[in-house]
Amino acid sequence: MNSLFASSIGKKLIMSLTGLFLIVFLMVHLGINLSLIFYDSREPFNKAAHFMSSNVLIKILEIILFGGFFLHMFYGLYLQIKNWIARGRGYYKANYSQTSFFSKYMIHTAIIITVFLIIHLTDFYFKAKFFGEVPEVYYDGKPYHDLGILVIEKFKIPGFVIFYIACFLFLAFQLLHGFWSAFQTLGLDHQVYTPVIKILGIIYTALITIGFTAIPLYVYYFM
Amino acid sequence: MNFTLKIWRQESAKSKGKFVVYNVSNISPDCSFLEMLDILNQQLIDKFEKPVCFDHDCREGICGACGLYINGRPHGPDEDITTCQLHMRRFKDGDTIVIEPWRGRPFPVIKDLVVDRNAFDKIIAAGGYISVSTGGVPDANAIPIPREDADLAMDAAACIGCGACVAACKNTSAMLFVAAKVSQLARLPQGRIEAKERVIKMVAKMDELGFGSCTNTGACEAECPKNISISHIAKLNREYIKAKIF
Amino acid sequence: MIKPDPRIPEGPLAEKWTRFKATQKLVSPSNKRKLDIIVVGTGLAGASAAASLGELGFNVKVFCYQDSPRRAHSIAAQGGINAAKNYRNDGDSIYRLFYDTIKGGDFRAREANVYRLAEVSNNIIDQCVAQGVPFAREYSGLLDNRSFGGAQVSRTFYARGQTGQQLLLGAYGALMRQVNEGNVTLYTRTEMLNLVIIEGKARGIITRNLITGKIERHFGHAVVLATGGYGRAFFLSTMAMGANGSAVWTAYKKGAFFANPSFVQIHPTCIPVHGDFQSKLTLMSESLRNDGRIWVPRKKEDAEALRNGTKKPSDLTEEDRDYYLERRYPAFGNLVPRDVASRAAKERCDAGYGVGSGLAVYLDFSDAIKRLGKKIIEERYGNLFQMYEKIVDQNPYETPMMIYPAIHYCMGGLWVDYHLMTTIPGLFSIGECNFSDHGANRLGASALMQGLADGYFILPYTIQHYLADEILTPRMPVTLPEFENAESESKERIHKLLNIKGKQSVDQFHRKFGLMLWELVGMSRSQNTLKKAINEFAKLREEFWHDIKIPGSNDELNPELEKAGRVADFIEIGELMARDALQRHESCGCHFREEYQTDDGEAKRNDEDCMYVAAWEYKGHENEPLLHKEPLIYENIKLQTRNYKI
Repeated sequence: MNSLFASSIGKKLIMSLTGLFLIVFLMVHLGINLSLIFYDSREPFNKAAHFMSSNVLIKILEIILFGGFFLHMFYGLYLQIKNWIARGRGYYKANYSQTSFFSKYMIHTAIIITVFLIIHLTDFYFKAKFFGEVPEVYYDGKPYHDLGILVIEKFKIPGFVIFYIACFLFLAFQLLHGFWSAFQTLGLDHQVYTPVIKILGIIYTALITIGFTAIPLYVYYFM
Repeated sequence: MNFTLKIWRQESAKSKGKFVVYNVSNISPDCSFLEMLDILNQQLIDKFEKPVCFDHDCREGICGACGLYINGRPHGPDEDITTCQLHMRRFKDGDTIVIEPWRGRPFPVIKDLVVDRNAFDKIIAAGGYISVSTGGVPDANAIPIPREDADLAMDAAACIGCGACVAACKNTSAMLFVAAKVSQLARLPQGRIEAKERVIKMVAKMDELGFGSCTNTGACEAECPKNISISHIAKLNREYIKAKIF
Repeated sequence: MIKPDPRIPEGPLAEKWTRFKATQKLVSPSNKRKLDIIVVGTGLAGASAAASLGELGFNVKVFCYQDSPRRAHSIAAQGGINAAKNYRNDGDSIYRLFYDTIKGGDFRAREANVYRLAEVSNNIIDQCVAQGVPFAREYSGLLDNRSFGGAQVSRTFYARGQTGQQLLLGAYGALMRQVNEGNVTLYTRTEMLNLVIIEGKARGIITRNLITGKIERHFGHAVVLATGGYGRAFFLSTMAMGANGSAVWTAYKKGAFFANPSFVQIHPTCIPVHGDFQSKLTLMSESLRNDGRIWVPRKKEDAEALRNGTKKPSDLTEEDRDYYLERRYPAFGNLVPRDVASRAAKERCDAGYGVGSGLAVYLDFSDAIKRLGKKIIEERYGNLFQMYEKIVDQNPYETPMMIYPAIHYCMGGLWVDYHLMTTIPGLFSIGECNFSDHGANRLGASALMQGLADGYFILPYTIQHYLADEILTPRMPVTLPEFENAESESKERIHKLLNIKGKQSVDQFHRKFGLMLWELVGMSRSQNTLKKAINEFAKLREEFWHDIKIPGSNDELNPELEKAGRVADFIEIGELMARDALQRHESCGCHFREEYQTDDGEAKRNDEDCMYVAAWEYKGHENEPLLHKEPLIYENIKLQTRNYKI
């Protein structure tokens, strides 16, 4: 068992499991974010954000989440470097075999998303957690971080909106290949279900991409 | 037909290679790709120059010896064939054709377009068989095998070990090659008995030899002359995870 | 004692092999470790032998010229492998397989060897299934069979159209397992150059590392040749580009007798030659003749119109077509044996009825498609049709295939006795490179059977009988003068080849020679052509050694040098083929002498004078080889004339 993760397949397994975990996380994240535009008040959003940052269980999950991100990025990079080494001298003529288009750019989109993630965390997460530069609001007499206003302010900057949307399009690249690929790596392949998984992957990607890009657009134009 | 050929020439494993441009003319469209290279080599020999070395043997698409990376594709611009089955009618008159060897650290160049694929033999030696010695086996019909399983095993067994999967893969992964053997034997009752050890040993050898890991791009499947599906890679993953956990 | 002595065990035919095994000498496990065996070639015979000998505990060294043992040309066999399992309940038996094989070989094979082959055929299927060979199965999960030419029962086991590949990969797996366990040492990209004989016994070989050019010496208590056939002598053939006769030829020159060299099988259904740039002919499986009908135009003007493209095959009505096999051989029709079908095609083309380039006949599936539907034809032959289309660029579902006979297999080879030992003690020959089982014509699906029978089940027994007397022979140092001499012989030859620096390339010589061989010693031979061949080949040999041009050196991967050595030997083999064909005053199987035919053009066998194996002994470069005749005695089978008409 311990040597499982020493092998290339084991490391891919980590990529697969952490990837699936992040896929689930994205759903939760999207749900909370959407509350910002579905309600007239920022209260549900701020309360949800508060819950996410204060609940003990969530705090544990947070560590796991960060671990997931870290493992996914670390092994992604590790395997990629090993794969580059495996090729040695490359081809003069670039390969144009018929392949899954998005699979070719996983490392490139991953790097963009990592940059986004750092900016994103500095903008919101770290601000709330460490810097305390977040304005406070009171609901039912209790103080809450008004993260909502922070988000709305950011989404009023056109450059940021474009950057934000672009990053989610790159994330779509990742998901379009990653969703199905995670199942393939787990060895879950079936004549009937694999095509279903592939379609689910597309639907999921569409939902995530539309959901996350709709928020800044809505904020920019309507709030 | 006339062609301009841009061919990788490399004296030996240690020397630095380079591309050399050649021209061939009056090539019949019915000429096979390797026969076109034969014609080029005859031209070179006429000038007492060393001919271009490339691997080939059966010239009917089954031995797996030939394998050239032609204009960005292993085995060139046609589907489900090996290089020796490629014909010049697939090209346009006047085309420039770039010919490179398989690239990959586990497949070092020996000379020109010839690479060393002994790594594949080593992977098979590590466990790509059923450990049965000659004699003392049961009657061939003693263990019935569902036809579906036999057919799936045969699909996988069609692998000719040419290495196009490794050459096509951006990760230089040998997963399709390993998967074909693991999947073939894992689907047969005779092969189940040592399925666990087999998959563990073969994957360990594959990793040790420096092949990359699979990112499910499907390039291998697209270029496999025998059309072996990446569903066998899923089977390999399944077998491996099962073997390691249970 | 007759020379050569076939050493056939006493007793009734069906008990010979059992008796031999029961009484033969064996080598104990502790002694096996002390004995080295060299196996050259990794096809079905070589790989299975090396694996089996390794399993027994011998020290085995195995050599192949390819980059991997898995690439040996056995891999290209399509159709299947015969065995007398009688799973169909259709009356098959060991005796029937034995009988069909002898009859198919036109009564020119040795009874005892063929019976043993039929006997072990069943073990082969068992062995291969245990190895994981994915043979075709029925819905019951049991093994499927198909029928092949020359048999009235369904006894051919198959794995789609890739039976040879699957069987070879099975043997390759077994071999690699022994390599992994350290019992077998594998030398790839290594070619045998010379045989080392010490005190009359085969004791080693000289090899060349094809990558570095290094000449190496290897000792073995016994040497096993499993190097396949020499059909590439014809240049155009269905053999692999590297297939060669050099190992057997070296053995012949060192004293091993060469048997029936003129028996070379010509397969009727190959894709025709279509240009002078062509390097290789591709076989279309014999199974196609189950549903395809072979025809040429009835009128010469139609043939000409088809050749110059003014007519299409579909323009010809039924009346204008000559289904010549059905016409000449109503009983067997399109399913006559290979030699008969090949000759009939040649006869029509020579008479001016050929299509395509003039050397092709049609193999037409339109009737079968009408009768069974395209889908069934696609299921049966889809991969073959696709292969045809890739090469010829014509769709065989719409227009008939064009086919023509091509060189395919060598029945002739090193003479071996019942033990598969050549006339050099300690030198064994197995698989296609010996002569033993197919007589003058091989039946379909029998080559795979023979290769594996020899390697898995026969040689591992018989070689022990020889080695039992060698247990006290210590490993010999390769510094002995015999090794020294053999090595310098080989080095000299390479040096000579490289320093001729003439004008013609190896391929130019090979093409020229191949064409001559095909014309003079091919499908039909006569005293005139054969005498001419002997003369011409001698001249060509001289020319070769004065005008060959080989760029590059010995110290590198140099395919031209490899080919030159092989072609030099092919020219000499061609000469012996012609001699052999000349001395055989009859037509039998593949060997058709124009002087010996019936009034209606069928082969006329001469059992009175020609019922023997022609075993040739090398007598030096300057002298003619000496012919020995091993009489063939049929005690268990009644001689008859093959008749496929009624």
